[in-house]
Amino acid sequence: MSALGDILHLLLTANLWQATLAAAVLLLLPALGGTISERSGVVNIAMEGMMLTGAFFGVAADLAWQNPWLATGVAMLAGALMASIHAFVSIQFRADQIVSGIAINIFAAGLTVFLINRIYGLQDVGHVGQSALLPNINVPGLDQIPFFGKVLFQQNVIVYVALVLLVLTHLVLFRTRLGLRIRAVGEHPQAADTAGINVFAIRYGAVFTSGLLSGLSGAFLAIGISNTFVPNMTDGRGYIALAAMIFGKWTPFGAFVACLIFGLGQAIYDNNSIIHVSPYLLSMLPYLLTLIVLAGLVGRSTPPAADGLPYVPGSE
Amino acid sequence: MSDQGASLAVDMRGITKQFPGVRANDKVDFSVRRAEIHALVGENGAGKSTLMNILYGLVHPDSGEILIDEKTVHVAGPRDAIGLGIGMVHQHFMLIPVFSVGENIMLGREPVTGPGFYDRARARAAINELTRRYGLALDPDARMGDLPVGLQQRAEIVKVLYRGAEILILDEPTGVLTPQESKELFGVLRDLVKGGKTIIFISHKLKEVLEISDRITVMRRGKVVGHLTTRDTNEEEIATLMVGRAVLLRVDKAPAKPGEVALKVDNLTANSDQSVPALKGASFELRYGEILGIAGVEGNGQSELMEVLAGTRHATGGQVLLAGRDITTMDANTERDAGVAFIPEDRRGTGLVLGFSIAENSILGRERALTFSWRHFVLNLVAIRNWALRLVKEFDIRTPSIDVAVRNLSGGNQQKVIVAREIGSNPKVLLAAQPTRGVDIGAIEFIHRQIVRERDNGAAVLLVSAELDEVRSLSDRIAVMYEGRIVSIEPPDTPEERLGLLMTGGGVREGAA
Repeated sequence: MSALGDILHLLLTANLWQATLAAAVLLLLPALGGTISERSGVVNIAMEGMMLTGAFFGVAADLAWQNPWLATGVAMLAGALMASIHAFVSIQFRADQIVSGIAINIFAAGLTVFLINRIYGLQDVGHVGQSALLPNINVPGLDQIPFFGKVLFQQNVIVYVALVLLVLTHLVLFRTRLGLRIRAVGEHPQAADTAGINVFAIRYGAVFTSGLLSGLSGAFLAIGISNTFVPNMTDGRGYIALAAMIFGKWTPFGAFVACLIFGLGQAIYDNNSIIHVSPYLLSMLPYLLTLIVLAGLVGRSTPPAADGLPYVPGSE
Repeated sequence: MSDQGASLAVDMRGITKQFPGVRANDKVDFSVRRAEIHALVGENGAGKSTLMNILYGLVHPDSGEILIDEKTVHVAGPRDAIGLGIGMVHQHFMLIPVFSVGENIMLGREPVTGPGFYDRARARAAINELTRRYGLALDPDARMGDLPVGLQQRAEIVKVLYRGAEILILDEPTGVLTPQESKELFGVLRDLVKGGKTIIFISHKLKEVLEISDRITVMRRGKVVGHLTTRDTNEEEIATLMVGRAVLLRVDKAPAKPGEVALKVDNLTANSDQSVPALKGASFELRYGEILGIAGVEGNGQSELMEVLAGTRHATGGQVLLAGRDITTMDANTERDAGVAFIPEDRRGTGLVLGFSIAENSILGRERALTFSWRHFVLNLVAIRNWALRLVKEFDIRTPSIDVAVRNLSGGNQQKVIVAREIGSNPKVLLAAQPTRGVDIGAIEFIHRQIVRERDNGAAVLLVSAELDEVRSLSDRIAVMYEGRIVSIEPPDTPEERLGLLMTGGGVREGAA
């Protein structure tokens, strides 16, 4: 009972919700990427690998140049490069997109460990100095609002960027011509093709974008939240983002709600020192929530009709 | 409108296209005059679709040239075709069910405001303008998937017109329509031609072709075999050209010699897939050596009746006797062993495993028979191959080999695989549901002959068909089905009007059955 009391007490602190939002954003970015990719009809379970790659190259670049912005750019490109492999294999060669995604996740895990050994030897990667981290920004004035100021306006710069990207993704997907075409390609590529839309270009673009976003999330994890790279540091977050995307029924705001739930689980775990429960039990919380949510709460959610189906021009 | 010297909207010369194993188009010459309805007819696989896909840029010819409005053009893709004023209404609609009608029509040429925002108001205005001009009422905000098929097709036509099409290609446009919807479509087409549009109408339904077209081009096996003027030709001539030999459009059969009662169906009831009663007490007798045709508007319990008889659906009441033995609760497997063969109406869904080869499909349901397997366990591949080869030969299935996946066969040949498998098992009772749906005339004639031959061999045949013509020409007796009951048994020469009346619930006292 006291554990429950601890958690209830925790829920009333601004610190917890501040951490929840940050943890949610970490998931939101790849979830947005996945949403864009799958809306265009390419199943993408490679967010984990793209994040991890982004995290590694972000740290490596930051250590080299001491510039978090440049490092973030490098991280995004690294993620996008991984995504390009997925795009090439599954769009051009019509390979099974699940298999390709898994391959990339395994490849990323191996590649980063290999590169650590190559570049840094068996030592630690090393730590990024405080000045070279992605900064926290307190919005002047707004950060003084009781409770909400801390939760919403004392955050890392990437959190603000992600919230802007959330709105932007929603607008692009559902209000613009580009979004209409992306969704058309994901629902019925033949119809899009006969309407004169370049199916391949749209799909490449969408998968590439998912890589950029996952890479950005990796940078946030490595040089925003943490200050180093350790092997497999994404710890399944790419997969939780995937679950968030499905839970959100392939919509940006739906995914965001899911990310908040998972983020809350993560934040509770991170505060385990003040809860009288085994931290090992608590560490299961985000994953347990994922399972419960996917199995029970979502019910059937229908993916885009042509999700995962390679497009063969001229076929029916 | 089709006088000599009229300018040509489309002129395709010497088009050749080779696909692996088949020459789909062989030096095809095809020309269409401006503002005419030109029918392109031929059996499935004759090369009509390939030719039109070439014109629309979806397929690239190996050789030949295309002239639009008497100028040589190169059509690299649909975008080029659209630019040249060519629009295509595909047989399988190119519509996105979850999009609105407006979004579907605008797709690819969407009006935008500001930084690329989709402009819903202008889209709506553009569609309203189009629908007004051509008299094609449509609600731009309706969800496409909620519309009946006829309206979806209308949206396809508006979509093509919105792109400024002057030449419209309609690929088998009536295949999915009810007779009433077809009539409306023909009215629309006539109006479009009056407005100066040119229409290419692909079909294998000869009555329609004669009704709607000005000129006809007939294709067979990749070649053009005839250019006809509609008013100077008739069904027999077109059919002969299409198939390459004289075709009997009527079924030629001797009077039936009915024997003992094979199936006795008594007060049979069953539910539909939605768990509502669909079969509400059907009773009839079927004798050996006769064809009993079931006429009725689709959805009056015919499908459920056939499935219960075939053992793939549970009866909720009543009784079925096969030669006096109760088979009401038998499963499909036991029924097969008892000599009941079933040609299901949905050949792609339940009749075949599309990814399987012809050989594998030819023994579906009989794979445990001792002929095909050693001790019901290990397949005897040699026996299966020989069996499949025999069926392919006997039933004239057109395929390069028996190892071809049935997915790659034409609809007519897929149907022949099912018919061959079912009839080839020498059934005592043959249940045939929509045996010729979507099959071309050559194959229809063939399938009809096989069914009559089975009857003459003493089998009892129960036929369900949505085509009243087919029921009337094939059956020895006609049972009219309405709301889950057999409301009347009629002779085969019953006038169409009377059958039509019975099928819609008229002409019989309530509860007479």
